[in-house]
Amino acid sequence: MLKLIIRIIPLSLIGFIIVVFFIGLNKSAIYDTKDLVGKKLEKIKLDHLSDNIVITDKDLQKNNYTLINFWASWCVPCLDEHPFLVQLSKEKNLKILGVNYKDNKNNALKFLDRYGNPYHYNAKDFYGKQSIVFGIYGIPESILLDKELTIIKKFVGPINKKDLNFIKMTLGNL
Amino acid sequence: MKLKIISFLFILNFESLIANTLIKDPNLIFKNLRCLICQGQSVADSNSEFAQTLKLVVKDKIAEGKTEEEIYNFLIEKYGDWIVYKPPFNKANTILWILPYIVLVIGGFFIFSILRKKDNH
Repeated sequence: MLKLIIRIIPLSLIGFIIVVFFIGLNKSAIYDTKDLVGKKLEKIKLDHLSDNIVITDKDLQKNNYTLINFWASWCVPCLDEHPFLVQLSKEKNLKILGVNYKDNKNNALKFLDRYGNPYHYNAKDFYGKQSIVFGIYGIPESILLDKELTIIKKFVGPINKKDLNFIKMTLGNL
Repeated sequence: MKLKIISFLFILNFESLIANTLIKDPNLIFKNLRCLICQGQSVADSNSEFAQTLKLVVKDKIAEGKTEEEIYNFLIEKYGDWIVYKPPFNKANTILWILPYIVLVIGGFFIFSILRKKDNH
Protein backbone atom coordinates (compact mmCIF):
# COMPACT_ATOMS: atom_id res chain seq x y z
CA MET A 1 0.00 0.00 0.00
CA LEU A 2 2.78 2.39 1.02
CA LYS A 3 4.71 1.62 -2.17
CA LEU A 4 1.61 2.48 -4.19
CA ILE A 5 1.26 5.80 -2.35
CA ILE A 6 4.96 6.54 -2.95
CA ARG A 7 4.40 6.00 -6.69
CA ILE A 8 1.15 7.97 -6.85
CA ILE A 9 2.38 11.06 -4.99
CA PRO A 10 5.17 12.13 -7.43
CA LEU A 11 2.87 11.44 -10.39
CA SER A 12 0.01 13.49 -8.96
CA LEU A 13 2.51 16.23 -8.04
CA ILE A 14 3.78 16.38 -11.63
CA GLY A 15 0.18 16.37 -12.91
CA PHE A 16 -0.72 19.17 -10.52
CA ILE A 17 2.27 21.29 -11.62
CA ILE A 18 1.36 20.76 -15.30
CA VAL A 19 -2.27 21.82 -14.65
CA VAL A 20 -1.17 24.90 -12.66
CA PHE A 21 1.27 25.98 -15.39
CA PHE A 22 -1.30 25.30 -18.14
CA ILE A 23 -3.96 27.47 -16.44
CA GLY A 24 -1.43 30.10 -15.34
CA LEU A 25 0.21 30.54 -18.75
CA ASN A 26 -3.09 30.67 -20.59
CA LYS A 27 -4.42 33.38 -18.31
CA SER A 28 -3.81 36.96 -19.45
CA ALA A 29 -1.37 38.79 -17.17
CA ILE A 30 -2.52 42.18 -18.41
CA TYR A 31 -4.64 44.30 -16.11
CA ASP A 32 -8.29 44.18 -17.08
CA THR A 33 -10.97 46.68 -16.16
CA LYS A 34 -13.89 44.28 -16.68
CA ASP A 35 -14.31 43.79 -12.92
CA LEU A 36 -15.09 47.46 -12.49
CA VAL A 37 -18.26 47.27 -14.59
CA GLY A 38 -21.31 47.39 -12.33
CA LYS A 39 -19.50 49.21 -9.53
CA LYS A 40 -20.92 52.49 -8.31
CA LEU A 41 -18.90 55.69 -8.16
CA GLU A 42 -19.40 57.58 -4.92
CA LYS A 43 -18.13 60.72 -3.25
CA ILE A 44 -17.07 62.49 -6.44
CA LYS A 45 -15.56 65.88 -5.64
CA LEU A 46 -13.65 67.68 -8.38
CA ASP A 47 -12.51 71.28 -8.66
CA HIS A 48 -13.62 73.17 -11.75
CA LEU A 49 -10.88 73.84 -14.31
CA SER A 50 -11.22 77.62 -14.31
CA ASP A 51 -14.01 78.63 -11.90
CA ASN A 52 -14.21 78.38 -8.15
CA ILE A 53 -16.82 75.59 -8.26
CA VAL A 54 -16.78 72.02 -7.00
CA ILE A 55 -18.33 69.32 -9.20
CA THR A 56 -19.88 66.53 -7.12
CA ASP A 57 -21.73 63.25 -7.67
CA LYS A 58 -24.99 65.12 -7.07
CA ASP A 59 -24.37 67.16 -10.24
CA LEU A 60 -23.82 63.99 -12.27
CA GLN A 61 -26.91 62.24 -10.87
CA LYS A 62 -29.02 64.80 -12.74
CA ASN A 63 -27.90 63.27 -16.05
CA ASN A 64 -29.29 60.13 -17.69
CA TYR A 65 -25.79 59.14 -18.74
CA THR A 66 -22.40 60.67 -17.97
CA LEU A 67 -19.10 60.10 -19.71
CA ILE A 68 -16.08 60.97 -17.58
CA ASN A 69 -13.04 61.63 -19.77
CA PHE A 70 -9.51 62.07 -18.41
CA TRP A 71 -7.43 64.15 -20.81
CA ALA A 72 -4.49 66.55 -21.07
CA SER A 73 -3.24 69.05 -23.65
CA TRP A 74 0.15 67.24 -23.72
CA CYS A 75 -1.47 63.87 -24.48
CA VAL A 76 -1.25 63.06 -28.20
CA PRO A 77 -3.88 60.23 -28.22
CA CYS A 78 -6.29 62.69 -26.56
CA LEU A 79 -6.21 64.68 -29.77
CA ASP A 80 -7.22 61.54 -31.73
CA GLU A 81 -10.33 60.99 -29.63
CA HIS A 82 -11.32 64.66 -29.48
CA PRO A 83 -13.48 64.70 -32.67
CA PHE A 84 -15.45 61.71 -31.29
CA LEU A 85 -16.02 63.54 -28.00
CA VAL A 86 -17.23 66.59 -29.93
CA GLN A 87 -19.70 64.30 -31.74
CA LEU A 88 -20.86 62.78 -28.46
CA SER A 89 -21.36 66.21 -26.88
CA LYS A 90 -24.34 66.68 -29.22
CA GLU A 91 -26.17 63.65 -27.78
CA LYS A 92 -29.20 64.67 -25.70
CA ASN A 93 -29.05 61.90 -23.09
CA LEU A 94 -25.36 62.31 -22.38
CA LYS A 95 -23.28 64.84 -20.49
CA ILE A 96 -19.49 64.76 -20.63
CA LEU A 97 -17.26 65.54 -17.69
CA GLY A 98 -13.72 66.32 -18.77
CA VAL A 99 -11.04 65.93 -16.12
CA ASN A 100 -7.85 67.73 -17.06
CA TYR A 101 -5.01 65.52 -15.80
CA LYS A 102 -1.59 66.79 -14.64
CA ASP A 103 -1.74 69.74 -17.01
CA ASN A 104 -1.15 73.46 -17.12
CA LYS A 105 -4.40 75.43 -16.90
CA ASN A 106 -3.49 77.85 -19.73
CA ASN A 107 -2.44 75.02 -22.06
CA ALA A 108 -5.67 73.18 -21.28
CA LEU A 109 -7.82 76.22 -22.05
CA LYS A 110 -5.86 76.88 -25.27
CA PHE A 111 -6.44 73.25 -26.33
CA LEU A 112 -10.22 73.61 -25.79
CA ASP A 113 -10.26 76.94 -27.65
CA ARG A 114 -8.41 75.46 -30.59
CA TYR A 115 -10.13 72.07 -30.98
CA GLY A 116 -13.54 72.81 -29.42
CA ASN A 117 -14.91 72.14 -25.97
CA PRO A 118 -16.99 68.94 -25.85
CA TYR A 119 -17.29 69.02 -22.06
CA HIS A 120 -20.43 70.01 -20.17
CA TYR A 121 -18.34 70.03 -16.99
CA ASN A 122 -14.65 70.94 -16.91
CA ALA A 123 -12.69 69.70 -13.93
CA LYS A 124 -9.01 69.66 -13.02
CA ASP A 125 -6.77 67.07 -11.44
CA PHE A 126 -3.40 68.81 -11.49
CA TYR A 127 -1.66 66.33 -9.17
CA GLY A 128 -3.41 63.28 -10.62
CA LYS A 129 -4.64 62.18 -7.18
CA GLN A 130 -8.31 62.20 -8.20
CA SER A 131 -7.55 59.80 -11.05
CA ILE A 132 -6.92 57.06 -8.47
CA VAL A 133 -10.44 57.55 -7.05
CA PHE A 134 -11.75 56.76 -10.55
CA GLY A 135 -9.45 53.76 -11.05
CA ILE A 136 -7.52 55.47 -13.85
CA TYR A 137 -3.99 54.27 -14.67
CA GLY A 138 -3.14 56.27 -17.78
CA ILE A 139 -4.73 58.77 -20.13
CA PRO A 140 -6.86 59.06 -22.14
CA GLU A 141 -9.36 56.95 -20.23
CA SER A 142 -13.12 57.34 -20.10
CA ILE A 143 -15.89 55.93 -17.91
CA LEU A 144 -19.50 55.67 -19.02
CA LEU A 145 -21.96 55.95 -16.11
CA ASP A 146 -25.71 55.64 -15.84
CA LYS A 147 -28.00 57.85 -13.74
CA GLU A 148 -27.14 55.92 -10.53
CA LEU A 149 -23.44 56.47 -11.33
CA THR A 150 -22.91 52.77 -11.96
CA ILE A 151 -20.06 52.01 -14.36
CA ILE A 152 -21.42 50.72 -17.69
CA LYS A 153 -18.07 50.56 -19.43
CA LYS A 154 -14.52 51.78 -19.08
CA PHE A 155 -12.61 52.82 -22.20
CA VAL A 156 -8.86 52.49 -21.86
CA GLY A 157 -7.07 54.53 -24.52
CA PRO A 158 -8.60 56.97 -26.99
CA ILE A 159 -12.29 56.70 -27.84
CA ASN A 160 -12.64 55.39 -31.39
CA LYS A 161 -15.45 54.83 -33.89
CA LYS A 162 -16.37 51.48 -32.29
CA ASP A 163 -16.60 53.06 -28.83
CA LEU A 164 -18.64 55.93 -30.26
CA ASN A 165 -21.16 53.45 -31.69
CA PHE A 166 -21.26 51.52 -28.40
CA ILE A 167 -22.03 54.71 -26.46
CA LYS A 168 -24.69 55.78 -28.98
CA MET A 169 -26.25 52.30 -28.79
CA THR A 170 -26.29 52.45 -24.98
CA LEU A 171 -28.05 55.82 -25.18
CA GLY A 172 -30.56 54.23 -27.52
CA ASN A 173 -29.68 56.52 -30.40
CA LEU A 174 -28.39 53.95 -32.89
CA MET B 1 3.22 42.25 41.67
CA LYS B 2 -0.18 41.71 40.08
CA LEU B 3 -0.38 45.40 39.29
CA LYS B 4 3.03 45.26 37.61
CA ILE B 5 1.99 42.31 35.44
CA ILE B 6 -1.27 44.02 34.47
CA SER B 7 0.59 47.24 33.64
CA PHE B 8 3.14 45.29 31.59
CA LEU B 9 0.40 43.48 29.64
CA PHE B 10 -1.44 46.75 29.10
CA ILE B 11 1.68 48.46 27.69
CA LEU B 12 2.45 45.40 25.55
CA ASN B 13 -1.08 45.39 24.17
CA PHE B 14 -1.01 49.14 23.57
CA GLU B 15 2.29 48.84 21.71
CA SER B 16 0.91 46.14 19.42
CA LEU B 17 -2.19 48.28 18.84
CA ILE B 18 0.00 51.21 17.78
CA ALA B 19 2.05 48.92 15.56
CA ASN B 20 -1.15 47.86 13.78
CA THR B 21 -2.40 51.34 13.15
CA LEU B 22 0.64 53.55 12.56
CA ILE B 23 2.52 53.03 9.34
CA LYS B 24 6.13 54.07 9.76
CA ASP B 25 7.44 53.24 6.31
CA PRO B 26 5.18 53.78 3.24
CA ASN B 27 7.69 51.73 1.20
CA LEU B 28 6.30 48.58 2.81
CA ILE B 29 2.95 49.39 1.18
CA PHE B 30 4.52 50.46 -2.14
CA LYS B 31 6.33 47.10 -2.34
CA ASN B 32 3.03 45.24 -2.07
CA LEU B 33 1.37 47.30 -4.82
CA ARG B 34 1.63 46.26 -8.45
CA CYS B 35 2.46 48.93 -11.02
CA LEU B 36 -0.33 48.25 -13.54
CA ILE B 37 1.49 49.74 -16.51
CA CYS B 38 4.93 48.24 -15.84
CA GLN B 39 6.05 44.70 -16.56
CA GLY B 40 6.60 42.87 -13.26
CA GLN B 41 7.46 45.96 -11.22
CA SER B 42 6.06 47.07 -7.92
CA VAL B 43 5.03 50.66 -7.28
CA ALA B 44 8.12 50.98 -5.07
CA ASP B 45 10.42 50.07 -7.99
CA SER B 46 8.68 52.14 -10.65
CA ASN B 47 9.02 55.78 -11.59
CA SER B 48 6.08 55.75 -13.98
CA GLU B 49 3.44 58.46 -13.87
CA PHE B 50 0.94 55.99 -12.41
CA ALA B 51 3.33 54.78 -9.68
CA GLN B 52 4.22 58.35 -8.70
CA THR B 53 0.55 59.30 -8.39
CA LEU B 54 -0.22 56.17 -6.39
CA LYS B 55 2.65 56.97 -4.01
CA LEU B 56 1.17 60.45 -3.41
CA VAL B 57 -2.27 59.00 -2.71
CA VAL B 58 -0.92 56.35 -0.33
CA LYS B 59 1.08 59.02 1.55
CA ASP B 60 -2.11 61.12 1.81
CA LYS B 61 -4.04 58.14 3.17
CA ILE B 62 -1.30 57.50 5.76
CA ALA B 63 -1.46 61.17 6.79
CA GLU B 64 -5.24 60.80 7.17
CA GLY B 65 -4.52 58.01 9.66
CA LYS B 66 -5.71 55.09 7.49
CA THR B 67 -4.37 51.64 8.34
CA GLU B 68 -2.48 49.47 5.86
CA GLU B 69 -5.56 47.27 5.41
CA GLU B 70 -7.82 50.27 4.77
CA ILE B 71 -5.41 51.55 2.10
CA TYR B 72 -5.31 48.15 0.37
CA ASN B 73 -9.12 47.88 0.52
CA PHE B 74 -9.48 51.34 -1.01
CA LEU B 75 -7.17 50.46 -3.90
CA ILE B 76 -8.73 47.00 -4.41
CA GLU B 77 -12.12 48.69 -4.69
CA LYS B 78 -10.75 50.94 -7.45
CA TYR B 79 -8.49 48.52 -9.37
CA GLY B 80 -9.48 45.02 -8.22
CA ASP B 81 -7.34 42.34 -6.48
CA TRP B 82 -4.69 42.66 -9.22
CA ILE B 83 -3.31 45.85 -7.65
CA VAL B 84 -1.90 43.97 -4.62
CA TYR B 85 0.76 41.29 -4.75
CA LYS B 86 -0.71 39.56 -1.70
CA PRO B 87 -4.30 38.89 -2.69
CA PRO B 88 -7.02 39.01 -0.02
CA PHE B 89 -8.77 35.78 0.95
CA ASN B 90 -11.94 35.34 -1.12
CA LYS B 91 -13.95 32.66 -2.94
CA ALA B 92 -11.89 32.90 -6.13
CA ASN B 93 -8.55 32.18 -4.49
CA THR B 94 -9.59 29.84 -1.66
CA ILE B 95 -7.50 26.98 -3.08
CA LEU B 96 -4.43 29.21 -3.30
CA TRP B 97 -4.64 29.94 0.42
CA ILE B 98 -5.75 26.49 1.64
CA LEU B 99 -3.53 24.30 -0.56
CA PRO B 100 -0.27 24.77 1.44
CA TYR B 101 -2.07 23.63 4.61
CA ILE B 102 -3.58 20.61 2.83
CA VAL B 103 -0.14 19.68 1.46
CA LEU B 104 1.33 20.12 4.95
CA VAL B 105 -1.24 17.80 6.54
CA ILE B 106 -0.95 15.14 3.79
CA GLY B 107 2.87 15.37 3.87
CA GLY B 108 2.89 15.11 7.66
CA PHE B 109 0.62 12.09 7.54
CA PHE B 110 2.81 10.50 4.87
CA ILE B 111 6.04 10.99 6.84
CA PHE B 112 4.34 9.79 10.02
CA SER B 113 3.18 6.56 8.34
CA ILE B 114 6.69 5.89 6.90
CA LEU B 115 8.30 6.42 10.31
CA ARG B 116 5.73 4.20 12.02
CA LYS B 117 6.31 1.45 9.47
CA LYS B 118 10.08 1.67 10.01
CA ASP B 119 9.57 1.39 13.80
CA ASN B 120 7.44 -1.72 13.34
CA HIS B 121 10.19 -3.37 11.27
